Amino acid sequence: MHPIEILTRFWPQLLDGALMTLKLTFLGALLAGLVAPMFALIRVGARPAAQLPLRIYISFMRGTPLLAQLFLVFYGSGQFRPQLEAIGLWGFFRDPFNCALLVFAVNSTAYQTEILRGGIQGVNPGEIEAARAIGMSRWQVLRRVVFPHAYRIAWPALGNEIILLMKASAIASVVTVFDIMGRTRQIFSKTFDFSVYLWAAVLYLCITAIFIWLWRLAEARLSRHIGARERGVGNVQGGLQT
Amino acid sequence: MLELFSYGDAGWGDEILKGLLVTLELALVTLPVGLALGFLVAFAALSSNKILRRLGTGYTTIMRGIPEILTLFVVYNGLGLLLNAIYLGLWPDAEAIDLSPFLAGVIALALVFAAFSAEVIRGAFNSLDPGQIEAGRAIGMRPGQILRRIKLPQVWRFALPGLGNLWINLLKDTALVSVIALDDLMRATKVAVGLTKQPFTFYLVACMLYWAMSLASEQILARMEARANRGVRRV
Repeated sequence: MHPIEILTRFWPQLLDGALMTLKLTFLGALLAGLVAPMFALIRVGARPAAQLPLRIYISFMRGTPLLAQLFLVFYGSGQFRPQLEAIGLWGFFRDPFNCALLVFAVNSTAYQTEILRGGIQGVNPGEIEAARAIGMSRWQVLRRVVFPHAYRIAWPALGNEIILLMKASAIASVVTVFDIMGRTRQIFSKTFDFSVYLWAAVLYLCITAIFIWLWRLAEARLSRHIGARERGVGNVQGGLQT
Repeated sequence: MLELFSYGDAGWGDEILKGLLVTLELALVTLPVGLALGFLVAFAALSSNKILRRLGTGYTTIMRGIPEILTLFVVYNGLGLLLNAIYLGLWPDAEAIDLSPFLAGVIALALVFAAFSAEVIRGAFNSLDPGQIEAGRAIGMRPGQILRRIKLPQVWRFALPGLGNLWINLLKDTALVSVIALDDLMRATKVAVGLTKQPFTFYLVACMLYWAMSLASEQILARMEARANRGVRRV
């Protein structure tokens, strides 16, 4: 079959798969993004003994294959069926989408925690002291000084992590989630036409390219005051420095 | 519980150990192939020839943008179809050949490793001190000598941390090859799960083995980095 014909015949399935990939990636990244800031604060400030469980968790998540983690949750939950049924969670673990989302979120939390830790540690201590000196509370310092800076420092690395998560989400196809990869394998097993793999690659590359563009726009917005200073807008000294 | 992992017919210890060896073999065979390809791609990306440079950067951009598992399927199915088309075209009477999962795994993982390592190697070449290269030229070294005595020892030092991370990623990515039926650690675990109905126990053991390999790699890499940096003055 001609490659274009594959696309005209199967585009609804591929589009459906692309939506599933996006859903898995962004829900996973979002859930991780909600937990990671708290964990990052623990990694920065807590006593070493209190950090130990968190460090073991992060090391495990980074040292084992995502596929093994997914199998551990999706197939492994079967070993605890009576207990899970007793607390009403069995239905949750039977759905491959739920398991994949859970594993991706827990995995990405580990990576995002380490990235944000780097960001928080990169915040100029003088600014934190200044914020304390003018009487900001602990929470105000975090919300107004530490996190805005930490996110700006960590932004490119966080974007890379989301792209890696998007690529890794293809693994969900192995437990029958119909994302791009799942749909592609389904179409290939029907047609034995190789070009569907190339279309899948094109789809992934397009998603990555669009994401990088959006992420850069967001970065420019996060750093707009710095850009203004460099351009000398509304700043006499900046203007003098050419 | 422990008899599940005993050696011999009763337990799964020997099967899982065999799978572990296949996983290590796959990673260790892929590493030199991927690294050699990575150097070629990095040289292409650094070359003064515009076409070569485009090819090099294009390769790294595309390869790093698509999922590893997709690359694996493209190689396993695509290369298989291509080889068969050539083979059957030459000898129409012959039977179709199958690309072995191990070979497909080595090729796919090496292609991925090449793309990521090319970026690391390119970065390492760019961090070389140009003054040292000029000094080498000034005392009459030939380009080959400069490469061997000045550039490569330092590129090794700059690239080692990045390559170490890629090695651990490679070790983890080998798990994907179980999807195309290679009898690695992951697949041996799956077989054991099928017969014992103890999925959590066995997948946890598999995770522990991968984790142990990653931790051991980190230790060895830390020593290699210390050794690579032995000639550097600490500030």
